Amino acid sequence: MQAEATYNYKVVRQFTIATVIWGVVGMLVGVYIAAELIWPALNFDIPWLSYGRLRPLHTNAVIFAFGGSALFATSYYVVQRTSHARLFSDGLAAFTFWGWQAVIVLAAITLPLGITTSKEYAELEWPIDILIAVVWIAYAVVFFGTLYKRKVQHIYVANWFFGAYILAIALLHIVNSAAMPATFWKSYSAFAGAQDAMVQWWYGHNAVGFFLTAGFLGMMYYYVPKQAGRPIYSYRLSVVHFWALIFTYMWAGPHHLHYTALPEWTQSIGMVFSLILLAPSWGGMINGIMTLSGAWQKLREDAILKFLIVSLSFYGMSTFEGPMMSIKTVNALSHYTDWTIGHVHSGALGWVAFITMGSLYYMVPRLFGRTQMYSVPAINAHFWIATIGVVLYIAAMWIAGVMQGLMWRAVSEDGTLTYTFVESVKATYPFYAIRLLGGLLFLAGMVIMAWNVTKTISTSKPQEARIPEPAAAPAHA
Amino acid sequence: MSQFTSGFWDVYIAVITVVSIVACAVVLKSQSVRRKPGPADTTGHVWDEDLREYNNPLPRWWSWLFYITVVFGLGYLVLYPGLGSWSGLLGWSQITQLESERELAAKRYGPIYDRFAAADVQTLIKNPEALAVGQKLFLNTCAQCHASDGAGSRGFPNLTDQDWQWGGDAKTVEQTITGGRTAAMPPWGAVLGEQGVKDAAHYVRSLSGLTNDSIRRARGEALFKANCIACHGSEGKGNPAMGAPNLADATWLYGSSESTIIETVTRGRNGQMPAHKGVLTEAKIHLLTAYVLSLSQAR
Repeated sequence: MQAEATYNYKVVRQFTIATVIWGVVGMLVGVYIAAELIWPALNFDIPWLSYGRLRPLHTNAVIFAFGGSALFATSYYVVQRTSHARLFSDGLAAFTFWGWQAVIVLAAITLPLGITTSKEYAELEWPIDILIAVVWIAYAVVFFGTLYKRKVQHIYVANWFFGAYILAIALLHIVNSAAMPATFWKSYSAFAGAQDAMVQWWYGHNAVGFFLTAGFLGMMYYYVPKQAGRPIYSYRLSVVHFWALIFTYMWAGPHHLHYTALPEWTQSIGMVFSLILLAPSWGGMINGIMTLSGAWQKLREDAILKFLIVSLSFYGMSTFEGPMMSIKTVNALSHYTDWTIGHVHSGALGWVAFITMGSLYYMVPRLFGRTQMYSVPAINAHFWIATIGVVLYIAAMWIAGVMQGLMWRAVSEDGTLTYTFVESVKATYPFYAIRLLGGLLFLAGMVIMAWNVTKTISTSKPQEARIPEPAAAPAHA
Repeated sequence: MSQFTSGFWDVYIAVITVVSIVACAVVLKSQSVRRKPGPADTTGHVWDEDLREYNNPLPRWWSWLFYITVVFGLGYLVLYPGLGSWSGLLGWSQITQLESERELAAKRYGPIYDRFAAADVQTLIKNPEALAVGQKLFLNTCAQCHASDGAGSRGFPNLTDQDWQWGGDAKTVEQTITGGRTAAMPPWGAVLGEQGVKDAAHYVRSLSGLTNDSIRRARGEALFKANCIACHGSEGKGNPAMGAPNLADATWLYGSSESTIIETVTRGRNGQMPAHKGVLTEAKIHLLTAYVLSLSQAR
């Protein structure tokens, strides 16, 4: 078949399979460190099995390996299909796949060895950072090049979000990773003191805002209307919430540094913009959920839609929780507690992982010339097991977090602290156990997905799709 | 003190912050339309065969939510510090909040501690109420190093025995807590050489009757007399005035094995007890002194 007449599905398939593999790996490491918090002896006194080294491996594996591969797969699929054009360059696309996998493998080796910049979510040392930057620029060239080649006049809303995420991550990564190398595996940040902290959390919060939100909203804007078979609810709403979201997120980082040496004006601005971020975030949720308006009965029968719509509910919940936690008085209670961990996971499991799973269940059969996954009941089972897992996880962390916050600030009649720190740790054990159970369920769901994807792939052949002619523009608008 | 290096940045921050917040409302307003009767419009664009978009108006409740957060944000920046060096109408800052909470605590709890401050340490040791407060202070301030029961751990002295590195009378313990202590055992590896260090270690072990090699001990004794007695004394019994430990007893801060002593002599040790002046009030330190001393008297 002539290449230009078809979409490049090969790189999409590669990233899709990588997503599933890294999902299992990343969640497995998460479950292991959750168990270490209950039974610290599980590190067997081996340095690279210790919590401090495995925790960044877990976050990097889930965010950048699982989430990243999912974003590459879906953005390449969506930008081709909504542009009616093959990827700008097959060679560069293949380079992004192998380059990104190399980054992941290097992370999986260096982090357990204790090689780290100690910047959260940006732990990888400078040689790997340079590789990330090169891969990312190649990604931008492929993505925007494909958009440039598009056969339709308008750029579909999903691509606005993918484009914003690609540009913002390039900016964030390059600025925050600026460092002076001392040796091959050791560097020092280009920034110092409170400024370093501010740059780090400008990056850190926008890793959430652009990597884990804007990118996945791009996913949402394609797979929700496709699976629902309905038009997007409101173009107007897309416009307002897109611009407001990408503009406002950039200001929100300082809420990670309340009551610190960061100047107060910076803290206040961070809090104000975090609150203003509520409505733009909810705009995405509304646009996704209301797309189903008039077809609610589909939610009962269609397990893929369940994943997609429940992910939007979790998105709405965590984007409500986030602004609340950015309020200084709430933050004074929640900061440094497991509430933050619960908040992150309601986003990462409930929103990011669910929308990814729904999108992959839609996409995998189409990449392999089928109409359905190998087992539809397995999708349903995955959905329910994963949902119970998320709910157990976040409920346990909410209770644990609020309890810790209250215990730490409790004061006796004589003005001494009522509880010692270790008492709050002891009181958290039951919730760590519930969290572990929740994590195990979520991992079990991911393993079911891996099985289902393996079966789907092994019983069919990769399929190339012809690029259809764009629909003629109708006269009225 | 200004947090800006020049008056320009102060104004710059204030202006772009206000403009940005207002811009959010302007974008929102620009896309606000009333719902027309009849079915919803689509934009007419089609992608990937069947992807279309309705053009429903923005949900009214959502627009209101957006406007409310914008108004709240502007109001907050009038009341609190945020717009450059504008300190806010309420005059609030995290430092003033800390200071007022401290003042309040001093007023509320001060009298309790004043009562204890007036009593001498020996009286407090017999006062269960004082010891209960002292224990809570200990658990939140000292237990991280000295352990919840005060028995310490490697490198952190045991407070429940009769052995005191810096002296165990009430006045000295109070000084230790107030000003902290820095114990400096210098490294002798370069001076004594590998064999010399090993010889000295055997002599040190002999002081408390631990097994040792008699030839090494004899050589070590000469080295000890030449180098170590200035701090540890001619009989190795130490000197509390400099925090030099007694080497002739059964108490070992870092360990008594041959290899550990060799490590101690070769590389030296730097024990740090942090100062608590300014962290705790004098009255609380007084109370802690009584509690710490009660730990060894209870035995």
